[in-house]
Amino acid sequence: MNETLVFAVISLSAIGVISAVILYFVAQKFKIIEDPRIDLVSEKLPGANCGGCGLAGCRAFAEQLVKSSDLSALNCPVGGSEVMKEVASILGLEVEEKEPLIAVVRCNGSRVNAPQKMIYDGAESCAFAHALGTGESGCPTGCLGLGDCVVSCNFDAIYISPETGLPVVSDENCVACGACVKACPRNIIELRKKGKKDRRIYVSCVNTEKGGPARKNCQVACIGCGKCVKECPFDAITLVNNLAYIDYDKCRLCRKCAPVCPTGAILEINFPLKKEKPADPGIAVENPTVV
Amino acid sequence: MRTFKIGGVHPPELKLSADREIELLPLPAKVIIPLSQSLGAPSRAAIQKGDLVKVGQLIAKGESFISSNVHSSVSGKVTRIDDVMDSSGYRRPAVLIDVEGDEWEESIDRSPDLKSEITASSEEIIRKIYDMGVVGLGGATFPSHVKLRLPEGKKAEYLLINGVECEPYLTADHRVMLEQGEEVITGIRLLMRALAVEKAFIGIENNKPDAIHHLQQLCIPFPEIEVVPLKVKYPQGGEKQLIKAVTGRETPSGKLPLEVGCVVQNVGTALAVYEAVQKNKPLIDRVVTVTGKKLDRPSNLRVRIGTPVGNLIEYAGGLPEDTGKVISGGPMMGKALSSLDVPVVKGTSGILLMPGIESKRAAPLNCIRCGRCVTVCPMGLEPILLAQLSENFLFEKAEKERIMDCIECGSCQYTCPAGRPLLDYIRLGKNKTGIMIRNRGKK
Amino acid sequence: MYGVVIAMIPAILVSVYFFGLDAARVFLISILACLFFEWFIQKYLIKGQVTINDGSALVTGVLLAFNVPANLPAWILIIGALAAIGIAKMSFGGLGKNPFNPALVGRVFLLISFPVQMTTWPKPQALFEAPLTDALSGPTTLGFFKEGLMKGESVQEIMHNPGFPGYVNDFLGAQGGSLGEISAFALLLGAAYMFYRKIITWHIPVSYLGSAVIFSGILWLVDPTRFIDPLMHLLAGGMILGVFYMATDMVTSPITAKGQLIFGTGAGLLTILIRVWGVYPEGVSFAILIMNAFTPLINMAFKPKRFGERMAHG
Repeated sequence: MNETLVFAVISLSAIGVISAVILYFVAQKFKIIEDPRIDLVSEKLPGANCGGCGLAGCRAFAEQLVKSSDLSALNCPVGGSEVMKEVASILGLEVEEKEPLIAVVRCNGSRVNAPQKMIYDGAESCAFAHALGTGESGCPTGCLGLGDCVVSCNFDAIYISPETGLPVVSDENCVACGACVKACPRNIIELRKKGKKDRRIYVSCVNTEKGGPARKNCQVACIGCGKCVKECPFDAITLVNNLAYIDYDKCRLCRKCAPVCPTGAILEINFPLKKEKPADPGIAVENPTVV
Repeated sequence: MRTFKIGGVHPPELKLSADREIELLPLPAKVIIPLSQSLGAPSRAAIQKGDLVKVGQLIAKGESFISSNVHSSVSGKVTRIDDVMDSSGYRRPAVLIDVEGDEWEESIDRSPDLKSEITASSEEIIRKIYDMGVVGLGGATFPSHVKLRLPEGKKAEYLLINGVECEPYLTADHRVMLEQGEEVITGIRLLMRALAVEKAFIGIENNKPDAIHHLQQLCIPFPEIEVVPLKVKYPQGGEKQLIKAVTGRETPSGKLPLEVGCVVQNVGTALAVYEAVQKNKPLIDRVVTVTGKKLDRPSNLRVRIGTPVGNLIEYAGGLPEDTGKVISGGPMMGKALSSLDVPVVKGTSGILLMPGIESKRAAPLNCIRCGRCVTVCPMGLEPILLAQLSENFLFEKAEKERIMDCIECGSCQYTCPAGRPLLDYIRLGKNKTGIMIRNRGKK
Repeated sequence: MYGVVIAMIPAILVSVYFFGLDAARVFLISILACLFFEWFIQKYLIKGQVTINDGSALVTGVLLAFNVPANLPAWILIIGALAAIGIAKMSFGGLGKNPFNPALVGRVFLLISFPVQMTTWPKPQALFEAPLTDALSGPTTLGFFKEGLMKGESVQEIMHNPGFPGYVNDFLGAQGGSLGEISAFALLLGAAYMFYRKIITWHIPVSYLGSAVIFSGILWLVDPTRFIDPLMHLLAGGMILGVFYMATDMVTSPITAKGQLIFGTGAGLLTILIRVWGVYPEGVSFAILIMNAFTPLINMAFKPKRFGERMAHG
């Protein structure tokens, strides 16, 4: 009995020692010499591997950062300027301050504003519904509400509101990685400046149809009348293909455009309430960022 | 009896309108003629707002090799050239014409006499087919002249005429074969001359014995045309399946039927070819089956292109109260319409009204990997695998599993005991994989 | 799924006939336990949709009961149900996602954990013929062979043993064994129904039985005193039950016809291999579970014949 025990202990230890020696030599032979700064940099990165930087994960981004001599083209939208500053100090480089961005859903075609005309019971995927037809409201550019953006989000920052059927972005959770922007087959979601005190103004519509047909499907569609363009004192609004677009770099949040919009397609988010009544009192404007 | 080998399903046939003679639908008050009515590049409008047009006048010209001409199907005044909702639900350019009278172009021979004597040469026939805007009337609307103009060095051996009509409910081709058999046969002879082939087969499923018998009688003077009765099985009307069933040849993956020496044309197309070449008549009308279990009078109607779908339903007895879906095409491959103002186009083979209860899909259950979809797939694919890959955006892998070979016949979804939307995901996957492959070509 | 349940009714009746109320008790506990665990896990652990109405847990419950002796204590049975539903099915994501047949996992789990209780077989007694007592227990048909062959007896000597059931009893069900496996006749009746309803296809049963018969036949021809004849292999033990009710489980068997033939052939070979040279007298469960593990590989290796893969020209 004792003999067996001793034999087992000795043989196992011998196997262990031999394996350790082999492993040591193999490790020496296949050693990869890596820039130690890559480890330092990737420690600072958020580690969510969201791909918001355009590279395959945080490690790849760290390698790219260490390689490049100019950081202006590289940005980690999740970590924001804080993380980028730390990274820059490790690498001994300078980095510009970038304003934080947030995903904005440019459609307000809720169940009230764009009533359901058809029943869709195909696969639960915006991409498929988009390829098949216009969706339940009939608007060819409106939100389909099947949640491809929700699936794409790694940060729990977007969900479909059960009342409106539209995606809602959470101000706190959204890191502007851009995954939902890519996931949306209708290019409704855009990364825009988060704005001071989270205040934002944007045209909540991407419909390029003429006014009549657009309005037929959705009462808060942009009809391309151009009133806001004339009103804007900073030339921030452009009108292309019957659709107004507010350039967030030029916009100074003066709030002159929103009241003149005849359909209420321009949304003001997180501003204190004005006393004037809205242009068209019959329109139900849902505030998509009330979380 | 012959049929294709792998897969296939047997949906209930429900040919409600098989005994109804083709009727002429009265002229609508206005028509909407989409400018793009075939596969390939859209055609450009050749008229302007306010113009007066005659029946048969060219209103849009095909501009590239794969595109086709569009002619006015009515006489009247062009009110608008604008984006109008088509069967996809999206808005696409179309010509809107208010109908005034019924004045035809003088060059069109409107007499009912059969003109079976062929004088035109191959080149003239193809030219005429192109000029008259003839496209495949089976549903894919591939411009017919493209199929007839063989690439250098290729030679066609057989002409196959598709009289299968394997979709349930649809009877338009069946009626055309019965009532206009002589014209169809002449059309086939024209196509044979255009292709310079010695042999033509007409494939007909044996659930249409009257059509088989009728055409066999008519073919007696023409031994080069043979009627081939086929065992009933869906999707026999698929081009590759038909070739396999009739000739036993298998079209290689990603290749055209010409690779195995075959050219396939639909029965309706043969009739349109006859009218175009012998009667100088452009493709301005077609036979459409209007059908449905609850519909008063399921019918086969000869309809001018551009007539709103609502007119057809009105003529057949009005929209039944309990209608869940209006489908353009058959129940297997057709597409639900979002509005009754959508016009009949060259590819519309039928209008099917589905009762509410039948049109509702049940909630999908878990896949238990029973493999029925694999058994019935006529292309020998694994639909469940393709659907899973598409659902997870693994298009590279889907391409290796031959997702692009899918003919979207819907047999897998029809047979799935768990009611999973297999075809939905495969279509999405095909779409995305196609984009991926095209982008690869650009780089 | 309910079609499978209907197909199992004859075998249920036969087992109740031979093992009496004990059998009914095992069926009841097994089914209720499986349904309960499925419901509990879906409702409180996964917090998803509850789908106990789809019948899959019911089938697992009956199959688990088919695979245990009639006198198995209730608590062991409940542990088996937990292993079947909880470990083998739900931990992989529920119906359709499990790589192994849940009922077989439950059985093997119990067989390894409680070998004594799982191999104490009550003797079959036709209902009301003799008083039901726990004292009467004896080996299964395959158990007879395993024990005898270990002692050095020849196959023929074993078959002349007084307690040995013989071909007819094996076919009708008067043999010791798990609830479901005793009567080949009742199982074949159910299998015929499943073929009629097209719930199962011929590929797996035919290849399974075929390879088992051929392999055991070769052995038998080599030495009929040391190896059991093929017919006895078919009738004894869980062969028929495994072949028609568990190997054909769609979830855990290959998708294509070709793959199913490979699957069946492999399972047949393994079954005989384990029966002849293994420690356990019975090998069906292990054979099927091993082939279950190969199913994804088989699916990858044996694709259906694609249309247009090769030119049919000339």
